[in-house]
Amino acid sequence: MKENSINIKEKKNFSQFIKNFIDAAGWPRIIIGIFLILLFAMTPIAKLKLSTSLSDTLVRVGMNAIMVLALVPMVQSGCGLNFGLPLGFIAGILGALLSIEFNLTGLKGLFSAILMAIPVAILFGYGYGQLLNRVKGDEMMIATYVGFSSVSLFCILWLLLPFRSPVMVWGYAGKGLRTTISTQKFWQNSLSDILSFRIGETFYFPTGMFLFFALLCFLIWAFFHTKIGTAMTAVGSNPDFARASGVNVDRMRTLSVIISTVLGAIGIIIYQQSYGFIQIYNGPLYMGFPAVAAILLGGASVHKANIGNVIIGTFLFQGILTMAPSVINSLLQTDMSEIFRIIISMGMILYALTRKTKGNR
Amino acid sequence: MKKIENKSDFFSKLIKNIGIFISKYPVPIMFIIFLIFTVPASHFTVKYLINELLTRLARNSFLVLSLLLPIMAGMGINFAMVLGAMAGQIALILITDWSIVGISGFFLAILVSLPIAVLLGFLCGYILNRAKGREMVTSMILGFFMNGFYQFIVLYLMGPVIPIKNKLLLLSRGFGIRNAINLQAIRQCMDDFIPITILKTQYDPGIKIPLMTFILIAVFCLFIVWFKKTKLGQDMRAVGQDRLIAESSGIASDRTRLLSIVISTILAAIGQIIFLQNVGTLSTYNSHDMTGQFAAASLLVGGATVSSANIGNVFLGVTLFHLMFIVSPMAGKNLLGNAQVGEYFRVFVSYGIIAIALVLYSWKRHKEKERERMALRQNVIESKIK
Repeated sequence: MKENSINIKEKKNFSQFIKNFIDAAGWPRIIIGIFLILLFAMTPIAKLKLSTSLSDTLVRVGMNAIMVLALVPMVQSGCGLNFGLPLGFIAGILGALLSIEFNLTGLKGLFSAILMAIPVAILFGYGYGQLLNRVKGDEMMIATYVGFSSVSLFCILWLLLPFRSPVMVWGYAGKGLRTTISTQKFWQNSLSDILSFRIGETFYFPTGMFLFFALLCFLIWAFFHTKIGTAMTAVGSNPDFARASGVNVDRMRTLSVIISTVLGAIGIIIYQQSYGFIQIYNGPLYMGFPAVAAILLGGASVHKANIGNVIIGTFLFQGILTMAPSVINSLLQTDMSEIFRIIISMGMILYALTRKTKGNR
Repeated sequence: MKKIENKSDFFSKLIKNIGIFISKYPVPIMFIIFLIFTVPASHFTVKYLINELLTRLARNSFLVLSLLLPIMAGMGINFAMVLGAMAGQIALILITDWSIVGISGFFLAILVSLPIAVLLGFLCGYILNRAKGREMVTSMILGFFMNGFYQFIVLYLMGPVIPIKNKLLLLSRGFGIRNAINLQAIRQCMDDFIPITILKTQYDPGIKIPLMTFILIAVFCLFIVWFKKTKLGQDMRAVGQDRLIAESSGIASDRTRLLSIVISTILAAIGQIIFLQNVGTLSTYNSHDMTGQFAAASLLVGGATVSSANIGNVFLGVTLFHLMFIVSPMAGKNLLGNAQVGEYFRVFVSYGIIAIALVLYSWKRHKEKERERMALRQNVIESKIK
């Protein structure tokens, strides 16, 4: 009899634990997580190597993580999801192209690309931040169009800017940049290969890229524990209260936008060094959306995000994006990756936008 | 002496009025100034421009008109109108497969697209009701999201699940629709229903007027004018002005908003069918991509804002926006020596104009709010002094 009651109690505890866990993690994360585990378990059936799949996933996590991290400051300061991330990407692309124009290779090339991109990103971010301060409440919609219009403006500039390096311009005309530019001869994998190691033939771990990401995560984490960082969070959670306690709301918001744009610029350069190509013209147009989807999948909301959300979200999102198409491909012999990407990333954003929140009746 | 005073008075009034006019219609004025420079630079003849403009007015007006009702209901620009466009395209694929020709094919396409559009409209309205205050961004994301489903249906389900008899429509692998479909069967059947060509000479094809399409558009404009006066139309305006007040006066605001989206989606489906019967080819995976963006840009260029738009805005907007569309590749070639620049330029303008219009609107609203708050503060201070 006694044993039985203990059993029931344990069961209750267990169900309570499960309930708490579901509340904490949220349904989408659990569903996607289970799905991802299933996909990994299905690799032998689909005749894929688990080590290759894991390695691919990790490389893609490293490639995309910084772009996802770039969203954190703006969410924290109450500017919402930064759909204007392509603005930062453009600054990064500009830096990368300049470094190739100057023929810089290896780590020197990569870091000079980042260093050249940062001032541009600060400039862009400042203007963008000033704009967003004037349109409080409508940031997300306007951010999207700032991103779109800056990408299409730069489509024109890529044709007209006086780049001369023969690697980058169209051969027959001698001017106007190509649509994709290879970084292979310059700095492809120069960061990923630092301390990188292989297990067996197929497993590759890009240590350098992860170390760099960890460094940036630490910097952002540390920043949000300084006085300015705390003030920024305060602005995000209650702007009126923040103003009453003497925080300059507009300045904090501008600063968060600048940080976000700079991180976006760095993020795209890291992406390019791993991917091996710089995509210009309409390439960056929709690249902000997967990043937004990833952070939301990690459990962030329109009002709150932290570094844990970034790491979990990027892993789940990139895991699904790498695994699902390859498993489906080998089982059904069709390529559905594009459709899969659209439905998952847009579905996730849609879910976050329609979630019932306090301020939205 | 008095006369001079009057004169200066007149001028200051004029300047003031011009100032009000500019602050009321900043986007169209910017656009007109831009066109003054680029239209001559394109070296097109007036006749050519008129011909092109008439075609494009017939082609695009209906799509832009479909944006009016959600704006009236206070939901901003319905970027999810692409859902309607997708419904229209699915219907067009089906009637092409059934090889139904001419006007009957055109109307059958509309009939087939209706249930799909209603269903999608209900879905969209339901979702947007859950995202109050950020309808526009949600509708845009919803458009992208449904694009994924559309591709899935057209690329995988058409053939094995939805029967397609005509092998010419299918990809060589046996299922999925080809990238481009020739809509020979219904090409310009509406435009040419009452053929009218003016100024035709032996060497000159003249100006073609797609009369029947214009009649359809006119009928629809009348519908909107009438609709505004109905109970539902009045409800929509009330909800658009202030949702909470409307609700407390007994209007079911959620239902009204939902209906405005459903109607908008249906109209977008018809609009896309009209658009494609004029173009004559359906590019299965791209035709709807920019529909929402271009329609929104056209409407905003015509002087509409996120909260107010009328039929006049639609026609002014389509005219100005598409004039830019026609001239910019040639102008780009003549001014900068590269036609590609013009191509990119018109995409930039359509995104940029939406960005500017949204910013200006939001900015203005902020200033008004600030002014109201200051006025309130003034009252408090005054009452304290008293």
